[in-house]
Amino acid sequence: MGMQFNNVFKSAVLALTIIGLAACSSTSDTEEMAPVAQTAGESDAARAARLEQERLERERQEQQRREQAALNTTVFYFDFDVAEFQPSDRETLIVHARNLAANPNRSVRLEGHADERGTREYNLALGERRANSIRDFLIVNGASRGQLETVSYGEERPAVNGQAEDAYRQNRRVEVQPAG
Amino acid sequence: MKKSSLIYLVLALIFSLRLSAAELNIEITRGVDNPIPVAVVPFAWDGANLLEEDIAQIVSSNLEQVGEFRALSRANMLSLPSEEREVHYRDWRILAQQYLVVGKVSQVPGGQMVQVQWEFFDINRERKVLGEVLTGSMTQLRDIAHEISDVVYQEITGRRGAFSTKIMYVSAEGPIGSTIFKLHYADYDGRRAQILLESREPIMSPAWSPDGGQIAYVSFETDLPRIYIQDLSTGQRRQVTNFPGINSSPVWSPDASKLAMVLSKDGSPDIYVLDLATNELRQLTDHPRAETEPAWTLDSSSVVFTSDRTGQPQIYKVDATGGLPERMTFDCFYCAKAQFLPDGVNLVHVRRETRQDNSYGIAILNVQTARVIKLTETALDESPSVAPNGSMIMFGTTAGGRGVLDAVSIDGRVKFRLPSPQGDVREPSWSPYLN
Repeated sequence: MGMQFNNVFKSAVLALTIIGLAACSSTSDTEEMAPVAQTAGESDAARAARLEQERLERERQEQQRREQAALNTTVFYFDFDVAEFQPSDRETLIVHARNLAANPNRSVRLEGHADERGTREYNLALGERRANSIRDFLIVNGASRGQLETVSYGEERPAVNGQAEDAYRQNRRVEVQPAG
Repeated sequence: MKKSSLIYLVLALIFSLRLSAAELNIEITRGVDNPIPVAVVPFAWDGANLLEEDIAQIVSSNLEQVGEFRALSRANMLSLPSEEREVHYRDWRILAQQYLVVGKVSQVPGGQMVQVQWEFFDINRERKVLGEVLTGSMTQLRDIAHEISDVVYQEITGRRGAFSTKIMYVSAEGPIGSTIFKLHYADYDGRRAQILLESREPIMSPAWSPDGGQIAYVSFETDLPRIYIQDLSTGQRRQVTNFPGINSSPVWSPDASKLAMVLSKDGSPDIYVLDLATNELRQLTDHPRAETEPAWTLDSSSVVFTSDRTGQPQIYKVDATGGLPERMTFDCFYCAKAQFLPDGVNLVHVRRETRQDNSYGIAILNVQTARVIKLTETALDESPSVAPNGSMIMFGTTAGGRGVLDAVSIDGRVKFRLPSPQGDVREPSWSPYLN
């Protein structure tokens, strides 16, 4: 039952994403096709249009694949003692923000974590700051405050055990979880 | 008569060997310059079954852990007196002992009660300092041993002993994803542990009320960090806070009227004080960076806390009515989680000297002389908690990939590790005096 709902929900999200993309690509369609139509013969123009259509379709699928991959990325990692997310996660987070904007009924919980070095209460503060940095970025990019809940677990819920830098790197993170 | 007492003695010795394996692992890290030599003779016992606890062994361990004493090994004892008339001062002077403790345990007819008669001698002066008889049930033998230790400690040092105190600590057991968190209550040496709270969500920051009757802690049981107060005698508990964001670090003021805490309801963690009588909440700090880990000065007039307002965590002090905080640490990369010792002058804290050294140790800052003494050299030390008499500091650290509890004497010379059979243990919190 829950699974079914989840699937329906996912297809709805997907459908909305596709509609959004179709709307975008249709505008760029006409803009880009116009010059081709003017400088070529009828059959060439039709062929070019078809090729262009195919190229756009591939791009659309690629874009869709990338967006789905972005939405599937739900863990964001942080540098030691740093509360700002990594610049390479910007695009992914923008996709999350737009998805939330497009789905006002959806809400997420941002769980901030720290590695075990340093004191526990200070790490609780650090985890919150990390979650807030992602929350604020999502809001700036279209999500609304009410869709976002933050909680810090500090160093209390590591993703992996161990005292090596590799473990620490995996533990300094914010996880985006479905809320509720 | 004599033969049978000898048999008991042999049995007692065998038993004591077995017991000592379960005793704490005491590590003399640097050794005390002139430790006071004390001989604690195995207590005689007139019962049929073996006693469950070795009182003399517990007293010896207790005294050695604070760093100022050295207990004479049983193997080196020339005689094993159990009462004054069996004591020959010469036996102990030859062994260069300064003090001697002897005793005997006898069954109180018809029941589970025992009587412990014990005596304490000054070898140099060749006189009995004191003697007393303690009565308790079989399950109170450890309490009796700690009581004896407290008296001996106070007689010799003039300072109150803290061997009858308790600790709380948090454990995490089980694999990631199905971890069980527990709040434990135990003797100061980790023995006789009981569970106060068990949860699938994290438990943090246990703290004692000044009279030891109540505890406060942070529990994530609602999926959010919230502060709870629990009564130890009735087990009744209540949620104290439910503000958005972090609700953590509860600490009673020494006068018991207030609870300092950390709330991030206004965007970033700040220090607040809740008046427990009026329920009035006062904000002590207001800064966009993190303010956390409050601890009171002894007179309840100020609160020390950690803030990273300059970039890295440092220790500050603020008046309990608010105002401008005063910075207290300058020469460390990371100084946090401060707590005053009972002398009100020395501040124990977690310290990382430089960005490069990457090691967190327990240190003491004398706020009058600005002198810093590092007590530990392990890498991941945190959560220092001070015994009510200031003789020892217990802290959490990592050994063999798991969290353990260590204690260090205040002079840094003696360390011991608390027994912990499984899982990670962390966040020790030492009780106030309970008697």
